[in-house]
Order: sequence, then C-alpha cells, then structure tokens
Amino acid sequence: MTAVKNDSGRLAAVRIGAEPNHVVRWIILGVVGLVFAFPIFAMVEFTFRDGLSGGHTLDHWTGLFDEDAARTYRNLFTAIGNSLLLAVVTVGIVLVVLLPTMILVHLQFPRLRRVLEFICIIPITVPAIVLVVGLAPVYSVVVKVAGGSIWTLAFAYGITVLPYAYRAIQSNLDAVDVVTLSEAGRTLSAGWGRVLWFVLLPNLKRGVLAASFISVAVVLGEFTIASLLNRVNLQTALLQVSQSDPYVAVIFALLALALAFVLLLSIGRLGRTRRTGSES
Amino acid sequence: MTVANAPVLVAGAAETTSPQHPLTEPASSPRRRASRGLVTYLGLTPFALYVLVFLFIPTILAVTTGFFTEDGAFTLTNIAGLLDPLVLNTFAASFWVSAVTAVVGAVVGALVCYALLGTRADGALRSVIDSVASVLAQFGGVMLAFAFIAAIGLQSLLTLWLKNTVGFDIYANGTWLYQPAGLLVVYTYFQVPLMVITFLPALEGLKRQWAEANATLGGTRLTYWTRIAFPVLAPSFFGSLLLLFANAFSSYATAAALVSQGSPIVPLQIRAALVSETVLGRENMAGALALGMVVVMVVVMWGYSVLQSRTSRWQR
Repeated sequence: MTAVKNDSGRLAAVRIGAEPNHVVRWIILGVVGLVFAFPIFAMVEFTFRDGLSGGHTLDHWTGLFDEDAARTYRNLFTAIGNSLLLAVVTVGIVLVVLLPTMILVHLQFPRLRRVLEFICIIPITVPAIVLVVGLAPVYSVVVKVAGGSIWTLAFAYGITVLPYAYRAIQSNLDAVDVVTLSEAGRTLSAGWGRVLWFVLLPNLKRGVLAASFISVAVVLGEFTIASLLNRVNLQTALLQVSQSDPYVAVIFALLALALAFVLLLSIGRLGRTRRTGSES
Repeated sequence: MTVANAPVLVAGAAETTSPQHPLTEPASSPRRRASRGLVTYLGLTPFALYVLVFLFIPTILAVTTGFFTEDGAFTLTNIAGLLDPLVLNTFAASFWVSAVTAVVGAVVGALVCYALLGTRADGALRSVIDSVASVLAQFGGVMLAFAFIAAIGLQSLLTLWLKNTVGFDIYANGTWLYQPAGLLVVYTYFQVPLMVITFLPALEGLKRQWAEANATLGGTRLTYWTRIAFPVLAPSFFGSLLLLFANAFSSYATAAALVSQGSPIVPLQIRAALVSETVLGRENMAGALALGMVVVMVVVMWGYSVLQSRTSRWQR
C-alpha cells in the first residue's frame, strides 16, 4: 500500500479544470482533518485524566518512571521486548529470504516475476484470521522442531508483511537498471557475492529500508495471530493491561503510534529522495 | 516508474548482451552453464520452502479442515453449518459492516483526494497527508479500539460534553460502540486513509490535456466531469471500493478488542470456533468459516484486480 503512495508523486502536480478552489479544498481538508485528529487528541487527554473525577494529573506518565514500575508493568515490558525481537527476526526473513529471491527472479527468471508477484499478494486475499486457522497445526510442529520460543512467530509475520515488503522492494528494482549493473559488475570480473554486496544492495538501499520499516510497523501492530496462537506481544499485552490500568495501555498505544508514524514518515522521505535523485 | 524505465532497461540489456556475446559465450561451456542454471534454481528453494510451509500449507489446511471431523473422516456437516441461520446472520452482519464502511470510506476518501488535486505532488501538504494516511490505514487493532473508547466512549470528553451541555445522550439507545454499529464508526477511521492512498494515484492520472481538449471543444466543467473524469476514474473508484470492502471484511483485531458480547461478525465467529472447538456442537467449524471467508475474499479481490487492470490503462 505504501508502494502505491510512493508512486503517487511521480506525476508532477496536474492543474486541470477539475481542481477545486482554495476555499473548498481547505473546508474538506479541515473538516476531515479535525474529525480524524479528535480520537488521537482524546487518547492524549485520556492519559492525563485523574480517574473519573474530571480533573487532570501527570501521575499516569510519571508512574512509568517509578521504582516499582518495572515490577508492575513487567508483563508489558516483556511483551515490548517480544515485539521488538519479532520485528528484528521478521526484517531478517525479509532480507535473507525475500530480497535475494526477488533479485534472482529479476535477473535470471523474468518469466517468474508474475508468479512471484502473485504469491506475494496472496496474504491480502487470505487474511490473518483465516491463516491462523491453518497456522495452529503448523505451529504445533514448529514448536516440536524449534521449541516454543517467541521468535518462531516471526515465520508467520514474514508472510503477513510479504505484500508490503514486496511492493517496497519491487518499486526500487523497477527504478534501477539491475540487469546492466550486475552485468557491468560481472564483466569487471566481480563474483556474484561482490556484485550483490557492492553493486546491487547500495542501489536498492531505499527499497530495502522502506521494506524493513513497513515490516517493523506491521509487526508492532500485529494482534490476530499472536492472540489466537496464545503468544504474548505488544498488542496482546496492551489489551490485557487495559483491563487493569487503561491509562498505561493508552500511553503505550500512543508511543507505538508515534513510532509507526516516524517509521512511515521516513519511508515517505526515502521515496522523495529517490524521486529527486532519478530526476537529476 | 516501470513504464518510464522499460525502454531504458530493454535498450540497456541489448547493449550489454551484443558486445558481450563473443566474449562470454565460448568461455562458458554448455555443461558449466547447465550447472550454473541448477545452482540458480537452487537459489529459489529457500523462499519456495518458506512460502510452502508458512503460506500454502496453512491456507490449504485452513480451507480444508472444514471438510473433516476431528478424527479425520470426511464430512459435510461443517460446510452445511454455514447455512445455519446464526452463521448466515453473522455473514450478513460482516457484509453490512464492510459495505457501509467501504462506501463511506470511499466517498470521504475520494473527497480528500479531490481536495488535493492541484497541490504540488512533492509539496509539504501532500507529503504530510501521504504519511498520515499510511499510518492511519495501518492503525488498526487494539490501539484503534482504545482511541475510540477515549474519543466517544461512555466517559469520553465528547460524550460527557454532549450530555451535560447540549443534553444529547449519544448512548440513549444503548452502548452501540461495543456492538456491530460501533464497528461502522471505528472501521471508517482506517477506511478513509486507505482510500486516499489507493485512489490518489488514479486522480493524478487525469491529464491536463483532457481538460484543455474539453475546453477547446466547447465543453463545460460539467461535461468535463460527466464525459471524461467520471468514466476514467470509475474503474479505479470501484476497484478501491472493493479493496476497502476486503479490508474491513478481513479485519479482526479492532472488533476483538471492542465488541464485548458474542460474535456478531465472521472473524469473531472464527475466534469462538477456535477457542471453544465446538461452536454449535460442530468440530472444525473454524475451517468451514475460514473457507467461507476465503471464497468472499477471492471473489472481491478478483473484481479488484480486474478493475485495477482497467485503471492502469489511464495511468501510463
């Protein structure tokens, strides 16, 4: 979905007969903006509430730095650790399994490109709630082979992020003349490893970074699979904490949202630098 | 980008292969090339294995378990269970929630895209809206449920203010936020940004020359919209609408965190079947429900890809 967004800027601004005048534009953007900002604002306001008294307090935020905070919110901190670990392993799967395959298909098997694209789009058609029905038996085997540690869940997340990571990398592959670059490298007697590391990866840096960021954002927000396979991650812990301490749950939700915003904003910046780079 | 680069890519390939042929061809004997081919095929195996184990096998298991009993005997009871009035009602509720939020999301999202027409594609306004939309389109799940409980929950600022100053109790007819009706409001929150992301490229595909041609031929703004813009945008609009429908239909986490009682939509019904194993006294009902969902998703996504291929015609 971000790939679509990245592509969106490629046409210069079109000034056409259909374009709205300033007043209409700002009324639409203003109203929609206000409506969409309100729930976020309400979350922030909620974290400063003093119970049901109607007053406001900083206690919920300062409480996070208390001496016993580490003990009180131990489960939550474990869950954050789990989610970060899952994000790292998932990015690892994208970089080690998906990226080389995409480069290989691009260079050696152009006819398989449509097949690869089709495979990578399947997780949109097979939603997580359906996949989890079949993942349950698969994971009962995985647990026997690899143990029940939390990181194994990243195998499922690697599938969940497939469409996003694929689009981010593919739009970069399309923009760079990978074939010529690799043949140039090969002609200058570099091995495939050197070509991959010193020629292709630097050129694909933006797509790879964008794929990694979107993967992190998706993994940090994942709830369905973790919840139904009885694993603990950030989202399942947030739901659990919200029943005893809703303020802290909302604080951490806001922090996660802020992190996702920073990650996706930087993808947007990556997209823009690529564009200006290709124009010059 | 693909299109712009395609000629360059072809030209580049032609340039490099023709002078290279005499040099490289004799050096690599057919046998060496064959073995290298085998090695490159081997390079595809990690991904193939990974996708087989964690995508294909789970998908096949998910849609076929409905045909078997717990002991592995073939049965059609679960599939027949899809016709149970209770299950049919759940599917109807899912359709309703998805359709309403998709239509509202598509219309509001298209309005936002329209408002962005004529702004600079690399300007600050566009890049902020781009980023915000991609965050909010991802902003599903538990956190979205929190946001709406804080925003329009029983004790929220808005609810209390409306009640105390205007005297309007939004929950006079029951706490609808925690029922399927609440999902209508909450889902719209991620549908609109998704529409902005998917529909904006299509709207940008409207070429200035078309407006000029329309004006030169004596057309008005009305004829521009009815004869040019609407026909060109229609496939993309309806394609995005289908994508939004699929997005809401497959969404689970928000509903799981928000809906307090029962399983009014299909994903929650799957949860109930998975957790209790014997919903409606049937084993492997989750598989049958999953099959039902996949059938709907395949039809919707097929429609989306058909409409999408019509859209890309105008984006060249």
